[in-house]
Amino acid sequence: MGLPCIHCGEDCGRNPVMWNDKPFCCHGCKTVYQILNQSEMKQYYEIEKMPGIRVETHDVGDKYAFLDLEEVKEKLLDFSDSGRGKVTFFVPGIHCASCIWLLENLNTLHPGIIHSSVNFPKKENYITFKEDEISLRQIAELLASIHYVPEITLDSLDKDKRGKSDKTLLLKIGITGFVLMNVMFYNIPEYLPGGEFLGEKFIGFFGWMSLIVSIPVVVYCSNDYFLSAIKSMKHKIISIDLPIALGITTLFLQSAYDVISGTGIGYLDSLAGLVFFLLIGKWYQGKTYQALSFERDYKSYFPIAVTKIENDKEKVILLEKLEAGDHILVRNMELIPADSVLIKGDGNIDYSFVTGESLPVLKHSGEPVFAGGRQVGSAIELEINKDIEQSYLTQLWNQDSTSDKSDSKLNDLVNNVSQYFTVIILSIAAAAGIFWLFNDPSVALFAFTSVLIVACPCALALTVPFSFGSTMRQFGRKGFYLKKAEVIEKLHQVTTIVFDKTGTITHSKAMKIEFIGDDLDEEMIIMIKSLVRHSTHPLSAALFQNLEGENYYEVENFIEIPAMGISGEINGVKINVGSRKFVTGKDDKNESLKTEVYVYYKDKILGLFQMENRYREGLPEVIKSLKSKNDLHLITGDNESEKANLEKLFGADTVLRFNQSPTDKLEYIQELRKQGKSVLMIGDGLNDAGALNESDVGITIADDIYHFSPACDAILESKRFKDLHKFMKFTNTSLNIVKVSFLISFLYNIFGIYFAVAGLLTPVFAAILMPISSISVVAFATFNVSFFSKRTFME
Amino acid sequence: MSVIFILVIIGVVVAGLFLVAFIWAVKTGQYEDSYSPSVRILFDDHKKSENSESESTEKKQNDKK
Repeated sequence: MGLPCIHCGEDCGRNPVMWNDKPFCCHGCKTVYQILNQSEMKQYYEIEKMPGIRVETHDVGDKYAFLDLEEVKEKLLDFSDSGRGKVTFFVPGIHCASCIWLLENLNTLHPGIIHSSVNFPKKENYITFKEDEISLRQIAELLASIHYVPEITLDSLDKDKRGKSDKTLLLKIGITGFVLMNVMFYNIPEYLPGGEFLGEKFIGFFGWMSLIVSIPVVVYCSNDYFLSAIKSMKHKIISIDLPIALGITTLFLQSAYDVISGTGIGYLDSLAGLVFFLLIGKWYQGKTYQALSFERDYKSYFPIAVTKIENDKEKVILLEKLEAGDHILVRNMELIPADSVLIKGDGNIDYSFVTGESLPVLKHSGEPVFAGGRQVGSAIELEINKDIEQSYLTQLWNQDSTSDKSDSKLNDLVNNVSQYFTVIILSIAAAAGIFWLFNDPSVALFAFTSVLIVACPCALALTVPFSFGSTMRQFGRKGFYLKKAEVIEKLHQVTTIVFDKTGTITHSKAMKIEFIGDDLDEEMIIMIKSLVRHSTHPLSAALFQNLEGENYYEVENFIEIPAMGISGEINGVKINVGSRKFVTGKDDKNESLKTEVYVYYKDKILGLFQMENRYREGLPEVIKSLKSKNDLHLITGDNESEKANLEKLFGADTVLRFNQSPTDKLEYIQELRKQGKSVLMIGDGLNDAGALNESDVGITIADDIYHFSPACDAILESKRFKDLHKFMKFTNTSLNIVKVSFLISFLYNIFGIYFAVAGLLTPVFAAILMPISSISVVAFATFNVSFFSKRTFME
Repeated sequence: MSVIFILVIIGVVVAGLFLVAFIWAVKTGQYEDSYSPSVRILFDDHKKSENSESESTEKKQNDKK
């Protein structure tokens, strides 16, 4: 181990890049340090140790050229007036206090920036700048130069900002809290002994005050419950919101009657308390991960602009302006935006994200290439033959999933319970009313409303938000991010689990490499490493990562032949590294299914590297544990080379499917669902997007959670894969906690109903019972979730 | 005892002021990011002094949008 890099903290290796006696892992980090040093912004390194981000350094070049386009500017700018512009960038790299400091002091780096502020949870940077001093493109390049690479995608151009409902919820909580406090204040004489000695006019006054301030609670703050109750009635479903709406209405009408008739002060404190607790529950459950996106489509993967060739001139145009028949230029590491035909250059296209196949495919001019592939190597020219919307990939994505993933209300545990609950409560209320009608008609109406009031399922309705909400938080702390709390229940119901292979159960980059042939000495290894350093091919990169050695030799006469191999001379010794055909010259069919890289050294063939995928840590335990409850399936776009290993891992009874296209995957999931199974799909790339969407629950495995991931219900950090079975197991615990909490709240209800039926429900009694039941249930649920999660994840 | 009437009215008015303050805070987005301000206050702002004035006005513009 070498020294840690001053900038990003990564190991610098044996030969760190030195500057000012400080070690850096790469030139990129050194450059950032120099920039900050020049501007006297060293405080960046004082707030947090090694706060920087390591970015694979490559020339930014024209990457942000599209930001000079008027249309893009118009869409991206939040506001622009008299030479001042304001823009919001999503910067996934924001991760610590130093980041905030640096980004908020951007004006020191460039005088054209007037003000810059950061929203940390959203990982957004708001920049106000002088338009005549710095352009949008320059800002993006400035951010990229200090390694805070802004992510600008087609998606970010469509501005429909969410977060509005969040604000109204907060407002409602605030208003209800205000009302609750005031009404409780007016009701103090009721709570205390001796209140009855208070003059008649005071009771009337306090009653009227309570009634007036409570109006906004009924009219505005609880309107969601009324709307939802009406909506579910229309669908002939009795949801939990119906008894709540009923309870609120009865509480208010009964209280209004009491106040107006001058018989009492009513139950308005209970009403405000009820709504307050319910809203808090809603807020607790609704907390989401703001910087994560669960609904990305191809738009956030595709570039915003492409280089179009028109009359031999290059011109940057917006992607949406691209039409069939256009000629475009695709440079190294750029994405092919639509299905097209190669017309110039050698294509070496990496479809790993589309098909899951990890090796690039060679294409000659005249051959078709498909959207979603990434060109690796020199620039190519393409003729677009299909509009973006009609490309194979985007079609797959846009396919309407037959499954209705919207909350099918009936499946909800709560609503299942509330069906019976509502019916029982209504019959009890009616029975009590009828009973009193014959015995003492004056109590009849009161008994009827009392039952509805006391049975209002506040505790019941809070159980799920708090149990699932805190489960979701526990998961989030452990690297498993759920889109909504409802996903927990769906995860619990899963019967069948389908895995993707590459990138999901294997590491997407790291490979196991074995050399077959004569022993390599250290010198040779370093020479091979020096050679592969010059190639961007994934196999070269894998070799480079896995071979040991820190010194590099100068390589002369370096040639890279796409899909064949690389060759060069080091100290006068010729080395070829590449495919069997390239190195040995034999064009015979290769029997081995493993990926092989041959090495030619000086005058003979040394041997070959065999490369295998490396499985994620803890995979055997995850499989073993999941297998006991679910049936497992594996579908992959790769060939059968790993079949033997996989069979060993999964056991003979697991269905393994190889060479599956994205459509095959999607259809496979559909078929499983038709058999009545509840399917969990675990995948990682675009190639799984269709399947993830089609399944009951889709989990995306991601190395970098803020980076692109296809639409899904949950995102799992790849290093947490080993805990997958624990997460699954915990959904069970969480559901059990919900069930016990239900039981507790039923007990409270029975207790309350006993008094209500007897016609003994006083305002004080209601005002005490309701909060106690709610708070105890909430405390029970959250405490148990955190207790059991500690136990589950400690093991 | 009639003074209670006045006290109650004053009570509502004062509480109402706080409610208005709360609504203002929510509307200007002060609840959207509870992390950054907590860190921001600890920074030495030797460079930011000339901007501190425009900052607050900027913020308002930002939040009104």
